[in-house]
Amino acid sequence: MTDGRLGRREFLGSSALVAGTALAGCAGGGGGTTGGSASSSDTIKIGVLEDRSGNFALVGTPKYNASMLAIEEINANGGIDGKQIETFAPDPQSDNQRYKELTRRAIEQEQVDVLWAGYSSATRETIRPTIDRHDQLYFYTTQYEGGVCDRNTFAVGPTARQQLGMVLPYLVDEFGPRIYTIAADYNFGQLSADWVRVLADENDAEVIGEEFIPLSETSFGSTINRIQEADPDFVMSMLVGANHTSFYEQKASSGLDVPIGTSTAMAQGYEHRRLEPPAMANIYAGVNYMEEIPTERNTSDGGFVDRYFEMFPDAPYLNEEAQTNYFSVYMYKQAVEQAGTTNQEEVKAALESGISYPAPEAPEGSEIRLDPETHHVHHHMWAMRADEDHNVEAVDDRVIEEQFLSNTVDCDLTQEDEETQYTPQDYFEEAG
Amino acid sequence: MVNAANLFFQFLDSFAFIVLSAIGLAIIFGMMDVINLAHGEFIMIGAYGTTLAANAGLPLPVAIAIGVVVTMVVGLILERTIIKRLYERPLDSMVATWAVGLALTQGARIAFGNSLSSIGVPFGAITYGEFSYSMYRVLLSGVAALVLVGAYLVFTRTEFGVRARATIQDADTAQAMGVETDRMYTTTFVIGSALAGLTGALYAPTMAIVPGMGSSFLVEAFVAVVTGGSSVLLGTTLAGGTLGSINALFSNLYGTFMGKIALLFVAVLILRFLPGGLSGVVTDLRERLERESV
Repeated sequence: MTDGRLGRREFLGSSALVAGTALAGCAGGGGGTTGGSASSSDTIKIGVLEDRSGNFALVGTPKYNASMLAIEEINANGGIDGKQIETFAPDPQSDNQRYKELTRRAIEQEQVDVLWAGYSSATRETIRPTIDRHDQLYFYTTQYEGGVCDRNTFAVGPTARQQLGMVLPYLVDEFGPRIYTIAADYNFGQLSADWVRVLADENDAEVIGEEFIPLSETSFGSTINRIQEADPDFVMSMLVGANHTSFYEQKASSGLDVPIGTSTAMAQGYEHRRLEPPAMANIYAGVNYMEEIPTERNTSDGGFVDRYFEMFPDAPYLNEEAQTNYFSVYMYKQAVEQAGTTNQEEVKAALESGISYPAPEAPEGSEIRLDPETHHVHHHMWAMRADEDHNVEAVDDRVIEEQFLSNTVDCDLTQEDEETQYTPQDYFEEAG
Repeated sequence: MVNAANLFFQFLDSFAFIVLSAIGLAIIFGMMDVINLAHGEFIMIGAYGTTLAANAGLPLPVAIAIGVVVTMVVGLILERTIIKRLYERPLDSMVATWAVGLALTQGARIAFGNSLSSIGVPFGAITYGEFSYSMYRVLLSGVAALVLVGAYLVFTRTEFGVRARATIQDADTAQAMGVETDRMYTTTFVIGSALAGLTGALYAPTMAIVPGMGSSFLVEAFVAVVTGGSSVLLGTTLAGGTLGSINALFSNLYGTFMGKIALLFVAVLILRFLPGGLSGVVTDLRERLERESV
């Protein structure tokens, strides 16, 4: 049409397009249990959004598995307060857009009593506004940079300060004070590098160089040369994802053998099983849990490792976050039974009353505590070392309490409601 | 301070990566006007074939050959079923191959899980002073050069090459002169797939083997093809050389992040000021010289 007005054919065509798009938008969403009703009075509905495909499938699948293991065990033993647990657990596919949709669906349509969701910090920050808007009880179980002081969020994985605080002082003692940092270039990597600076300052060590590497990078020749030029006593590595795994292979083939401390390698992506030795030789992981930690609850017959592989015989590894998913389900159970209800506000209050649990990460006779004021866990931390044959053993362990929110920021969720993430840059000069 | 030896090896590494990422894609696009968005997945198939064969105990060269053959077979099947309906329809071929790529990625995840055990990098390191570089990654630049030379010889010195170039230039006339154009297209697509598979096979020992691994080659591949221009082999070589040196220089001075930014920035400049791409500059020069000599 040349006169500029919308012809009839164009109008019909474009309205069909608009209608079609609107319908397509409504149709979204994946598997999981159907039905948009709230949990009935004799079941409890748990939402579990963990990646089983896409970039984070490798680390998301064990989280999903361990949640299911805990839920099955609880259901087999009579459920929570006599009520069976049912799950809403579709696959968010490592896609933050899908996380937003599924979180909204879990809260508004499925009306889950509690939600576990997300692997990466980027995912958590994408859905936290939705969670806060609905005051949804939310467990975030991945190791992360720390600092989330949020009335609805229970970030029960280890923080960077706990993980790095386990391994960095040990390495300074063993090897010397000159540190070179390599980290993934996004919020987790940047904030972890800030923590390395803070911890270095607290341990009379010095960060002599830093490099932030894009998540898509797979060529590390220049990075390796730069490390060789700086000649540090040890390297702190917060590399994340499959692409960054290539660093360890390339480092081995370049003959670079500087010791490496890490919060991300081995425990999540089990590089020591996937890569040819000696790619991971002399790597020290600071973690709350790995399949190899030597506690009774973990390694004994019928212990956590045995039970996990009995339910998932094809699983390649039992990784760090899986244990966090596992014990947090049991902590939720404890809180519900203590509160006597699944009402989310009362359960949150029960979680703030001083819950502790005999998790597999803790040696026989001890339990880990959920801190009421910060909603974080005082973890039992381990420094695990891989040798030239990729055998992993513990070289050090102790309880490291959550310090940043408790001591530096003064986050107290029992007194004051907040929904903030604090960063070390605001409180520590050394963090830059 | 720029260490010359470091920069040299980093350049070779970068050159190899860019050329090997791009060559399969360039041949398919240059010859058939098909934009193969499953290019990354072809690379992944080559890597998977090689890794599975090597983990089964076969020596690395044999495993690489197997990786290439598997990718060729997949390429052949794809061409006969889907691609042959999409010649000279670049937009449609993008959609179709994108879908195929998704299916291949998830298929690999379902069939083989989230990760395969990697094979170690052969050959060890070249050491010079306090530095060292992986010999294997440096040797790959030699392989990249061989691939370029080999492709050049095939397309200019063999009968097949002449017929292939005739088909690209004018398919109807070529067909009228007895060239089986359908067979030409299939063969070309298979060659492109084989080269993509070769890239995956060669880089498999240095990378983590996961279903999404192909995507880490895509940026370099597409940037090189686009900045290379219409002449397939010349363009890929020039792109590898130019972008590789920029990437190596900036990575060396400022880190991998700046290296990538610089590569992309230079690509933008090339696109803006040299619409014919890098090979366009050379062909223009050649034409001008010919005109002046007349």
